[in-house]
Amino acid sequence: MRKRTLLAALLAAAGGIHAQETFPVAGIADPRPEHYALTHATIYKDATTVLTDAMLVVKDGRIVSVGTANTPPAGAVVIDCKGKFLYPSFIDLFSDYGLPTVQRPAGNFDFFARAQYSSNTKGAYGWNQAVHPEQEAYRQFAVNDAAAKPLRDLGFGAVLTHSKDGIARGTGAFVSLKTDKEHSVLLRERASAHYSFSKGSSTQAYPSSLMGSIALLRQTYLDAQWYRSKPAKEGVNLSLQAWNDQQALPQIFDAGDKWNDIRADRVGDEFGVQYIIKGGGNEYQRIREIATTKATYILTLNFPQAQDVEDPNDARFVSLADLKHWELAATNPAAFEKAGIPFCLSAADLRDPKGFWTALRTALNYGLSETAALNALTKTPAQALGVYDQVGSLEAGKWANFIVTSGSPFAERTVLYQNWVQGTKYSVRDDAWTDRRGNYRVLVNSASGQQEYTLQFRENNSASLIGRDTTTSRFYYDGRQVRINVAPERQPGSTLSLSGIVNEDNWSGTGVDAQGNRITWSATYQSPLPTRADSARSKRPQGRLGAVTYPFLPFGWTDSTKPKQEILLIRNTTVWTSEDAGVLTNTDVLLAGGKIAGIGKNLPAVPGARVIDGSGKHLTAGIIDEHSHIATASINEGGQSVTSEVRIGDNMQPDDINIYRQLSGGVTTSHILHGSANTIGGQTQLIKLRWGADDEGLKFAGADPFIKFALGENVKRSVATVNTGSNNNRYPDTRMGVEQVLTDAFTRARAYERAWKVFNTAKKKGAVPPRRDLELEALVEILNNQRFITCHSYVQSEINASMKVAERLGYKYNTFTHILEGYKVADKMKAHGANASTFSDWWNYKVEVIDAIPYNASLMQRMGLNVAINSDDAEMARRLNQEAAKSVKYGGMSEPDALKMVTINPAKMLHIDRQTGSIRIGKDADVVLWSDNPLSIYARALYTIVDGTIYFDREQDAVQRRAVTEERARIIRKMNSEKRSGAPVQPAQPSYYHLLSCGDHNHSHGILAIDDQVGADGAVSND
Amino acid sequence: MALFQTTNYNNMKRLIIIIAAGLLAAPGFAQENVYPVAPQKGMFLIEDVTVHVGNGQVLEHSAVLVENGKIRQVGGRIAVPAGTNTIQGGSRHLYPGLILSNSNLGLVEVNSVRASSDVQEIGDNNASVHALVAYNTDSKVINTLRPNGILLAHVVPQGGWISGNSSVVQLDAWNWEDAAYKTDNGIFITMPALIARPRRGGGAPGAAPEADPVKQGLGQVDAMKQFFRGAKAYTAAHEETNLGFESVQGLFNKSKKLFVRANTVRQMLVALDFVREFGFDVVVVGGADAWQIADLLKQNNVAVILNQMHSLPTLDDDDVDQPYKTPAQLQKAGVLFAINDEDGQTRGRNLPFNAGTAVAYGLTKEEALSAITLNAARILGIAQQTGSIEVGKDANFVLCTGDILDMRGNVLTHAFIQGREVPLVSKQTQLYERYKAKYGLE
Repeated sequence: MRKRTLLAALLAAAGGIHAQETFPVAGIADPRPEHYALTHATIYKDATTVLTDAMLVVKDGRIVSVGTANTPPAGAVVIDCKGKFLYPSFIDLFSDYGLPTVQRPAGNFDFFARAQYSSNTKGAYGWNQAVHPEQEAYRQFAVNDAAAKPLRDLGFGAVLTHSKDGIARGTGAFVSLKTDKEHSVLLRERASAHYSFSKGSSTQAYPSSLMGSIALLRQTYLDAQWYRSKPAKEGVNLSLQAWNDQQALPQIFDAGDKWNDIRADRVGDEFGVQYIIKGGGNEYQRIREIATTKATYILTLNFPQAQDVEDPNDARFVSLADLKHWELAATNPAAFEKAGIPFCLSAADLRDPKGFWTALRTALNYGLSETAALNALTKTPAQALGVYDQVGSLEAGKWANFIVTSGSPFAERTVLYQNWVQGTKYSVRDDAWTDRRGNYRVLVNSASGQQEYTLQFRENNSASLIGRDTTTSRFYYDGRQVRINVAPERQPGSTLSLSGIVNEDNWSGTGVDAQGNRITWSATYQSPLPTRADSARSKRPQGRLGAVTYPFLPFGWTDSTKPKQEILLIRNTTVWTSEDAGVLTNTDVLLAGGKIAGIGKNLPAVPGARVIDGSGKHLTAGIIDEHSHIATASINEGGQSVTSEVRIGDNMQPDDINIYRQLSGGVTTSHILHGSANTIGGQTQLIKLRWGADDEGLKFAGADPFIKFALGENVKRSVATVNTGSNNNRYPDTRMGVEQVLTDAFTRARAYERAWKVFNTAKKKGAVPPRRDLELEALVEILNNQRFITCHSYVQSEINASMKVAERLGYKYNTFTHILEGYKVADKMKAHGANASTFSDWWNYKVEVIDAIPYNASLMQRMGLNVAINSDDAEMARRLNQEAAKSVKYGGMSEPDALKMVTINPAKMLHIDRQTGSIRIGKDADVVLWSDNPLSIYARALYTIVDGTIYFDREQDAVQRRAVTEERARIIRKMNSEKRSGAPVQPAQPSYYHLLSCGDHNHSHGILAIDDQVGADGAVSND
Repeated sequence: MALFQTTNYNNMKRLIIIIAAGLLAAPGFAQENVYPVAPQKGMFLIEDVTVHVGNGQVLEHSAVLVENGKIRQVGGRIAVPAGTNTIQGGSRHLYPGLILSNSNLGLVEVNSVRASSDVQEIGDNNASVHALVAYNTDSKVINTLRPNGILLAHVVPQGGWISGNSSVVQLDAWNWEDAAYKTDNGIFITMPALIARPRRGGGAPGAAPEADPVKQGLGQVDAMKQFFRGAKAYTAAHEETNLGFESVQGLFNKSKKLFVRANTVRQMLVALDFVREFGFDVVVVGGADAWQIADLLKQNNVAVILNQMHSLPTLDDDDVDQPYKTPAQLQKAGVLFAINDEDGQTRGRNLPFNAGTAVAYGLTKEEALSAITLNAARILGIAQQTGSIEVGKDANFVLCTGDILDMRGNVLTHAFIQGREVPLVSKQTQLYERYKAKYGLE
């Protein structure tokens, strides 16, 4: 009973509970007119429309009028707001206010655990546990004053709340922050639909990668379209039903990173959806690309804290990219404003919500305008959500959601007195409504007579009592009560404890002195304190800020140092053509327009050409790595055995230092493969190493599409049995099963192809098209020679078996990659028409490679196969020329033939030999100038040129190294001075990086590398 | 099976022809009967060969005389009794046998197969275990190292704070007793990380800060030091036997060295404690950031085994070729260092090419050779016996057609361990022959 009384009291304090028509009256009816007139205020109707000496009239939660007339209507409670400012209260589009906490699976992802392959959700819902559009926030929403108050105190009046869990998250509810019955607080129950790339609390295996999440979203769009035709085969699918029902709502995507923003937008473009995108705070690093999404963004203000890098041994492991992000993160909102990209601001993601204003003021100091900030908190979110007719500005008819302040909300000393939500006043700092700070005359009456003091009242917790001495008292003031405790150290006998009540500028009360005598006292306002200037603007960034580089990594270039395509004339060098012409000595090569334009002795000078002296040096075609895993955000979709729907190209990661490192080893083209977690892996992506390009800019245009397959130990998850007995529960568990997975997949693909042919030829009116299946579509492309296989393979039995399946079902293995027992079936591979891409000398790290021999490449080559040497390893890719040279040692291959294994041969197997892979007139100017014979261990790349652009220049690299060192030192100095100035710092965070690999890894990549062969198979994370 | 043996018989004949001098009968050639060779008796001479001594010197057109397994004479011309077996070097090069200075050779057969691994014992302190007793002389990996010039390996236990005793083995033996080249030459310890671990979930709001990893790690180091203090006291007097204390006694009289796995500056600086407090001979194993404190390492006489040359730079910001040029930086500072190859996918055989890479980034060829021969021998405490082609040392050397540090030249015709000419046949050369035969290739 007591609890209920308390609650009732609280609600009454908050302005009374709204009467609900259908609810019976308990006790005596207490109808109250909620009718107020706030007069003589400065009113910001919106960010740019200001009324001075104006009045806002509120009735029953809504604004009745806003104007300069100051005659309050009869029946309204008048509140004199002279000297006060009214602003629309703020709107947060990225909240989970009032919703239950999401239960995440306990512990970390366990690679060795048995996997869950179907959804745990009960009911007629979709197949994937992470796609739950059927979840509707409004059905779970419950008002929570403890959660609402901190947001109201910041100035927020309404939020869009949704459950931040899963890939399709369901609908969000637009609610006010009024503490009242849910019935009146729900402003729009189905206000939005939400998505992300993170499967959140789903315990289902699929998807386990970013590209898997993307594929799942794409497939769900297709499935939902198909479901509109009410296909009998599907029955009732409540998830697809819900998905379709919410497509007309604003669609909000929690992307959380600059590249993810762009990835999400592409998914939207494909299906005619323009998402509102929740960013990650690093968009300033690629603001031009972000602008092309045409999306409205939701930005948070969780700027990284300075790190404690005073100890050089701590600083050692903090990367320049992390240091630079610390320096520049606060420029993110300003970058949006400058680029003209609409954005909203949210209080989400902060370490402590109280830090919102500090962070926002920092953003202002880093260039954000107050107008843009105010729009981002009011009009833009309201418009994005389609509720600007209800909230977002102060106009008649809208909800009375506004804040009352002492000035611009962005000034540091401004006091936010009140936050009105739906016409209900919430006090934030009502105690400061009238500024009572100042000098007071205090009279203390005791038995021994009257004492006079002066009280300097500076802040609610700070005052000095001045009598004969000045004593700093413990002071408490809240607008109603006041307490003064004096305990002077030098006079322990003269303590004084006073307690009183504030009656505007007259205070009075009682107290005790040191002897325990009762006393009475009073205080009267005398004079104001001297004013101090607002210091907010004094925190502008000191000194210059570092430049944004492309990529946002050391050795990246700025807009002014961007490498450009040049006319290059390389004189008098040894040219390894990788063509029938062989090795040409004392030869010139001209590169122009991004192509190889001339080869010959003493080529004529070309105006405007940069001449490079090649004497004593060697020129080769750029190295092509047939098997690489760099520059991607995820590599393995291990959630199923057939994942032909996933595409590496959906999740390129241009911010990978390994692009630059591999350029330094002469690599110009890399084939980025899906990992080997499953029999039919994902679609691959061919890239050129255009350092600094964005994700699309890396792609090799016009190349034939490929797909990764895999056989053997990895796909049968042998590793899952290492320590735990047989824990694998994913089919297949044997090479017998692998063969059947292939047979089954292509049998289904044939049936799928047939179904579409039937549909397309019949063209019957009203015929229902078959369901589009991205997985089978990719396999049909293989059957029609429109997509080509590169297949991870080791032992002869599996190589042979897969070729037999292919020959039976009508497809072909373009390339066997790894293929360490290729030498045992080279004749069969030749008959099949397969290429071979292998390691030079790996062996014995697992059972299926115990018969691997370093003579493999030589034997296969002698058997007439087109053979390449690949890396599958970010380190080894820097030495592929030398890996190829090992076939000179093992098997006596000629040097020009060995070099071909990393130039023209991989070009042929990737079907790009018309464009690149050799030095021939008309081909792409992808070349490397080496310091020595390119097959020698002593060879170093001096220039690596892609499309006629020098992306690696060893001399320029030396200059860059110094610049990296200086830039690090500059920011570390700045961080240290931040720490010394008393700003909070966090312990230094080593910049660990995830190194993605195919699945086979038995060597170290340094102490900061986290080998992701397990992680790649694990849960996707946006972090 | 018949085919297999025939193939190898042919191979045997070919090999015998190569060894035309008729020095030693080549043993059988199927993998299971590639026999270790009997001790070398009498004298043989290698003449007119370029001798790379291992200490930086190169002797052109020189000769090396071996007697009963030892190098008896090195010189321009050496007179020998008529009938002495002689090999004409011609354009070939004679190099000291290469030394793999940190390896799991013979302790791990197939990395992914737990049952084939004997490299890591349970527990934090395994001071008393001996890698040597688990060393499998029949590992298929061993024979793949010899053809690349590697004749000795430092076989090392892993795991825990104190991993146990390492030993040096020679790569042509019937059993581990035969293989032992220097028994229990070192104790391996692992320095705690002394660096913050990656945050889970990117440091979610409200996540509890982790305990200071440096303080935690230093606590572990103190526990290790406490152990060594106990061992020191144990030397003076003790009642009960403590196997761990017994095992580390050799550190105090310097008959053993303390090998400390450490990569960061902090780890290496803490390792100096073991020099200062106990006077141990300390070798840093790993040494990724050794270039940052080369002068301090030199001052404290701490040697370094650069464990894996072919690795990525530690941080994005590092020079792209940092691991490749670290040897030149140590050389310049005068630090004693060895270059190693611990690659788990190629199993150590690229040791000469790791050294070759260091040449491309600043070492001279002979300095790089020292880093895998004489300097490795010094670090392992076997320089009295091997590491260079000098009088009195074991006749551990290889005859190579070209530059041993470069794939283009690293083709061996002969390898000698203690004067025994060891076969250059491996399971891999046998499979090569087998499939050449299948396809009718020569």
